[in-house]
Amino acid sequence: VESKRILAVEGLSIPKGGLVSNPGEAEEKASELGCPVYVKAQVPIHRRSALGGVKLAATPAEARRVASSMLGMRLGGWDVERLLVEEAVKGDGQVFIAFAYSDALKQPLLLASLRGGASVEEGPSIAKEIRPSRGLQPFQARQVSSRLGLRGKRTIALSEFLIRAWSVFRDYDATLLEVNPLTFTPHSGVVALDVHMQLDDDALESNEALRKLQLPSRPELGHPPTPFELRASEIDRTDYRGVAGRVLEFSGDLGLLIGGGGASLTIFDAIRRHGGNPANYCEIGGNPTVRKTAELTKLILTKPGVQKLAVITNVLNNTRVDLLVRGVLKGMMELRIDPGKYPVLFRVPGSWEEEARLILEAYGLHLLGRETSLEDAARLAVEDLGR
Amino acid sequence: MICYGTRVTAGVVPGKGGEEVHGIPVFDTVREVLSRAPIRASVIAVPPLSVRSAALEAIDAGVSLLIIMTERVPRRDIVEVIEWAVEAGTRIIGPNSLGMISPGRWKLGAIGGRLDDARKAYSPGPVAILSRSGGMTTEIANLLTANGIGQSLCVSIGGDYIVGSTFSDLIPVLDDDRGTECIVVFGEPGGTKEEQLADYVRKHGVTKPIVAFVAGKFVDAMPWTRFGHAGVMVEGDRGSVASKVRSLREAGVTVVDELSAIPQAVRRELWR
Repeated sequence: VESKRILAVEGLSIPKGGLVSNPGEAEEKASELGCPVYVKAQVPIHRRSALGGVKLAATPAEARRVASSMLGMRLGGWDVERLLVEEAVKGDGQVFIAFAYSDALKQPLLLASLRGGASVEEGPSIAKEIRPSRGLQPFQARQVSSRLGLRGKRTIALSEFLIRAWSVFRDYDATLLEVNPLTFTPHSGVVALDVHMQLDDDALESNEALRKLQLPSRPELGHPPTPFELRASEIDRTDYRGVAGRVLEFSGDLGLLIGGGGASLTIFDAIRRHGGNPANYCEIGGNPTVRKTAELTKLILTKPGVQKLAVITNVLNNTRVDLLVRGVLKGMMELRIDPGKYPVLFRVPGSWEEEARLILEAYGLHLLGRETSLEDAARLAVEDLGR
Repeated sequence: MICYGTRVTAGVVPGKGGEEVHGIPVFDTVREVLSRAPIRASVIAVPPLSVRSAALEAIDAGVSLLIIMTERVPRRDIVEVIEWAVEAGTRIIGPNSLGMISPGRWKLGAIGGRLDDARKAYSPGPVAILSRSGGMTTEIANLLTANGIGQSLCVSIGGDYIVGSTFSDLIPVLDDDRGTECIVVFGEPGGTKEEQLADYVRKHGVTKPIVAFVAGKFVDAMPWTRFGHAGVMVEGDRGSVASKVRSLREAGVTVVDELSAIPQAVRRELWR
């Protein structure tokens, strides 16, 4: 809906419709729009229609029935709380278009094909590179339309749509703008039937247009965030210095404090391969404050089912090992856990490693350094911490 | 950097021209530096929204190697910087790169950390490392060093979805480098950089052996979830570790399943 709102604001044509949150409203909206209408579940998932989140209703009464069965459904882990009731546009022909970035060409790319639909891969497709400094020029848009096999007024209609959609992609700092499909109206206009946009998180602050829209933030988790995950991102946001967050919840008994980007991926794989059951995924890096590390430690150790803790990082370049270790110990002690008696493993080599070693020794703990490989640390965490 | 042996000749901070840091003069513009001495490389460590302007200035001044360390640079800015760089013939490493290091000689950026730490992890030798993760560049170097294998050039290519130099951009450089006999590649889920590398190897051939490791196998089961680096997300089945490993192996690249298997695989390639 947010994507469609942006397109509408920018003068691109979308089906008429409105959001409803109960069956009565759905029926009203359907009679106001004129049937048939589409009823679409408002959940941020991919392949929504394949999961039953999009239904056609021939009468307002049917819209009410569809709405009452859809509301309260769970789709891809999300509760359906709102529906979009939308006129079913009778168009002719379907076109798929997308603006995206190519990591191979390091440029924006326009993808277009005829007969868009649930399986866009099947149609003939055109990929047009766009030079960032030049943008998409009208003649290039007309060439794309023409290469798709369109003629006359439709070529013009599609190319005008492409130019405007390109402006939206650029001005709103989208990383993906997908219209799947758009269709032609009897008067050779085009209507975007379904729109999907992804925005660049890193541009949100600097983009005036986006700030004005005040979009709700959506963590890219593939599922609704759990309370555990929400609390972790709160902790990470309390201080801009370093990362101690990006947590995902799992159901195991082994709490993990691991870091950073690529290392977390490697360590998590290694723990799994050695038969460990992680309670969480997380990332630590860039010198987080002692407080942040302590809070994250507390969150993980108080998670039901967690019985042991592994603190494993790569050979750290710039994160201070002593501060990291201090944070973990502080978290344990605030929970009145005696670090010397809790099953915990530290493999944190890097800067200020000797200071960290001394701190741990004061609690009767041992620091594994660079002589222990990540792989061995993961194995030890699984084999030695168990009781 | 200075302690490690890099000859840092100048700093540029607009508004701080005329000052000195550790005895090194600071200028307001890159052009001023250029009027005194040639610049071989430049490291950018400014806030995300200032990267575009700083990078364009360096490219305009003719800097041939540019390391961008900053994370969270807007995508529209980086594609524009890359477009300028391609026209000017500037090589860009990053953004979101920890830097690069030629062990025992010089380093650019924060890679390896302080002098003592960098010396412990990195040692001179015949193996190059290309990695999407800065931290893992050092981890792998340390693993090789611990096994008596030194490194020629180690590059943290940057964790973003779009970076100035991908694996396939840098492989030809290393293939021509007389100091390099084997190349270790650290890949991650998401994007197509590993697939591009496989394509390159298949089409052009690489004379030096490549040993690759792709982290994050568990991510394959969790599509549409972003992990760590901005470039790490499996989209449907695109960008999965399984697909990357398959295409690399099909191209004849040695792919190890465990990080610890890297030294042994490298040794096998070196003695072949």
